[in-house]
Amino acid sequence: MFTFFELPKASTIAASIDHLYDFVYWVSFVSFVGIVVACLYFIFRYHRSRSDPNKTPYIEGHHLSEIIISIILFIVVMIIFAWGWIDYKKIITTPLKPLEINITGKQWLWETEYQNGRRLTNELVVPLGQPVKLVMTSSDVLHSFFIPNFRLKQDVIPNQYTFLSFTAIKRGDHPVFCAEYCGTAHSKMLATVKVMEPVDYQKWQQEWEFKQRGGTPLEEVGASLFASKGCIACHTATDQKLVGPGMQGIYDHDVELVDGSKIKVDENYLRESLMEPQAKIVKGFAPVMPTFKGTLTDQEVGDLISYIKSLEK
Amino acid sequence: MAHAEHAHANYLEAKKGIWSWLVTLDHKRIGVMYLWTTLFFFVVGGLFSLGVRLELLKPGPLFQPDTYNKMFTMHGAIMVFLFIIPIIPAALGNFFLPIMIGAKDVAFPRLNLLSYYIFLVGSSLAVGALIAGGVDTGWTFYTPYSIRSASHVILITLGVFINGFSGILTGLNFMVTLHKLKAPGMTFFNMPLFLWSIYATAIIQVLATPVVGITTFLLILERVLKIGIFDPALGGDPILFQHFFWFYSHPAVYIMILPGMGIISEVVTVFSRKHIFGYKAVAYSSLAIAFISFLVWGHHMFVSGQSPLSNFLFSWLTMFVAVPTAIKVYNWTATLYRGSIVLATPMLYALSFLFMFTIGGVTGLFLAALSVDVHLHDTYFVVAHFHYTMMGGTVMGLLAGIHYWWPKMFGRMYPELWGKISCAFIFVGFNVTFLSQFILGKLGMPRRYHDYFPEYAGWNMVSSIGSLFIGIGFLIMFIYLFWSLKRGAKAPANPWDGKTLEWQISSPPIEHNFTKVPAIPASPYEYGVKG
Repeated sequence: MFTFFELPKASTIAASIDHLYDFVYWVSFVSFVGIVVACLYFIFRYHRSRSDPNKTPYIEGHHLSEIIISIILFIVVMIIFAWGWIDYKKIITTPLKPLEINITGKQWLWETEYQNGRRLTNELVVPLGQPVKLVMTSSDVLHSFFIPNFRLKQDVIPNQYTFLSFTAIKRGDHPVFCAEYCGTAHSKMLATVKVMEPVDYQKWQQEWEFKQRGGTPLEEVGASLFASKGCIACHTATDQKLVGPGMQGIYDHDVELVDGSKIKVDENYLRESLMEPQAKIVKGFAPVMPTFKGTLTDQEVGDLISYIKSLEK
Repeated sequence: MAHAEHAHANYLEAKKGIWSWLVTLDHKRIGVMYLWTTLFFFVVGGLFSLGVRLELLKPGPLFQPDTYNKMFTMHGAIMVFLFIIPIIPAALGNFFLPIMIGAKDVAFPRLNLLSYYIFLVGSSLAVGALIAGGVDTGWTFYTPYSIRSASHVILITLGVFINGFSGILTGLNFMVTLHKLKAPGMTFFNMPLFLWSIYATAIIQVLATPVVGITTFLLILERVLKIGIFDPALGGDPILFQHFFWFYSHPAVYIMILPGMGIISEVVTVFSRKHIFGYKAVAYSSLAIAFISFLVWGHHMFVSGQSPLSNFLFSWLTMFVAVPTAIKVYNWTATLYRGSIVLATPMLYALSFLFMFTIGGVTGLFLAALSVDVHLHDTYFVVAHFHYTMMGGTVMGLLAGIHYWWPKMFGRMYPELWGKISCAFIFVGFNVTFLSQFILGKLGMPRRYHDYFPEYAGWNMVSSIGSLFIGIGFLIMFIYLFWSLKRGAKAPANPWDGKTLEWQISSPPIEHNFTKVPAIPASPYEYGVKG
């Protein structure tokens, strides 16, 4: 029943997060023991029974020791800060060519959606050793996708995308908790990350694709929406400009806006450009695009984004 | 002669009848009313926490999930807004601030009474929300859940909104009093450190509380009028709410802890018969903490989706809090050096504070480190951390203060043996309850969970058993404190041989505190042999 167990270090980042944890732990432990030992010694040594209350010395303080302590402490906390930031940079940096999987939190389950159109509930299957990027959102309130064995967590927000990248290094099942309070069944909003050997993962996907036959990958759904919703009137699937910019190769690249600022074309920018097209106009284009708010469902927006991402140069 | 005696009757007996209390302008009586009101809310909030620990004693449901969610919400909201924010400034601060500077009352006695009634109105709304069926959003009221929740969010947030005015007015009153009503000879640098901490607290109350007022007001507007400020379904931004909320609520944790720190400075000096070590370091560190507290709110949002740049800055700025906080702990510990230490109940609580607040402080380092917080955020590690600061810190300071000043406030001594027994129960119970929660958090157990995996069962049971010890400790305390009001030994004017002004007048004080302008010592901590 008593588990002192160490959580498995199941992602590439887990070990280095644990190292910083241990560093802070020992720094804390030493300072804490120092203070407690000093207190206990003083209480014993200078107890009223051993120390005349009328003969205590009049000590107003000691500047040098205050300054030395402040400086040492400042250096230590700056080390902790820098170490934490360096690892955090690794956490938020998306690896090259990741396997992208969409996650949607809703009261009180997690939906997983692969690029090939396969959907799972409360289950996320990923290959061992391959970088994965979760593109996450919520369809109601805030949730947080928390994988303790990976030491990773990210809140999910309605009408916005947040991201979580990882590379799993331990096979098997790893629990997922919802860590942002979301109402009645918050503690039952659980899922599992299943980590498979890459060959097993390929087989697992191919078997399903074979059974599905008619199953349509998200980017293909997006491609047909691109035509049927009228996008093609102003945008091409190449880098050719019409009324609006061509879609090829824009994802994950910087564009210059009319006000001279630069912005990276990511999921949130693409979503905003569909919902509020006038918000950030690319330089050289007129603000003429109509909004698709209410016209496209959240899922269709996701499909279109998948399509645009697939149009690499 | 009879007339003269009447003129010098103590404040409890100077006027009779319930009405004389309800319309009193005496800061001491208002302080006592705050004390009982906030302690009442402490008991209510405490009972909810026992309900929470009962549910978590074993895996598997005991209460309905919604009932559990309401219990932890009401526990948090009541403890934060109706107990721990107001109690030390409004109860002990009200009683002792004017006396400690040699004044007859606060600068605006009528405003002081008004603050109390505003507090009562706001608190009644919160109690109304409770009676109407409770609130299930968590004390943080995060949107959009708090917009959609069918529970009584409007009532309780309106209560928080109204209570804010009470805090602002009290803070203002104290600031003016400290600037304008110091007796001749009393300056900022020979006033007791408790007052420095109340001063720093008052600054935060006046500057930060309006923001929580605006935030709760916007939340109410959003619920009623569906404007689209915070609700993404209406085009609002739920993260904006978190910025607003923590812009107040982070400084608010220093509203909670600074007064507790002030009490520790008083108690440690008196019971070791030493001048405080580093008066200016302790005083300025209070102001430094108050200042930095405004710049670190984003550390509550490292995984919320805020930008990496914000995370960088907030993590960096948060690290600065460690320095003034550690300086305080160092100075208190150094004050013990070569003292003549008496382990009376107030001192035991002050030492408990040093022990537990240090744990609360160092565990903050884990959470301020960005990468480690990604794992620990919203787990029981956070719950344990803030209980170590709020209960291990503020409540220990409060209990030190209540025992220290009890003889002055009510003219009776509390029973020393029972005081020590109750302190032992609370100390052991608290550490058993919350050390196990650090382990649960590191093992990944999220907070606000109604049920949990069997792996977490052992430490949860330990934690629940610990909470029972805390409950027993407080039960003993309330029994002997009530008992002592009528039957405790009569308190002398200065039972602890304190040097601050409140100990130079009778216990309990007369209605206007002083019969003549008091002589102000060069330092509030004139102990020991100079040279």
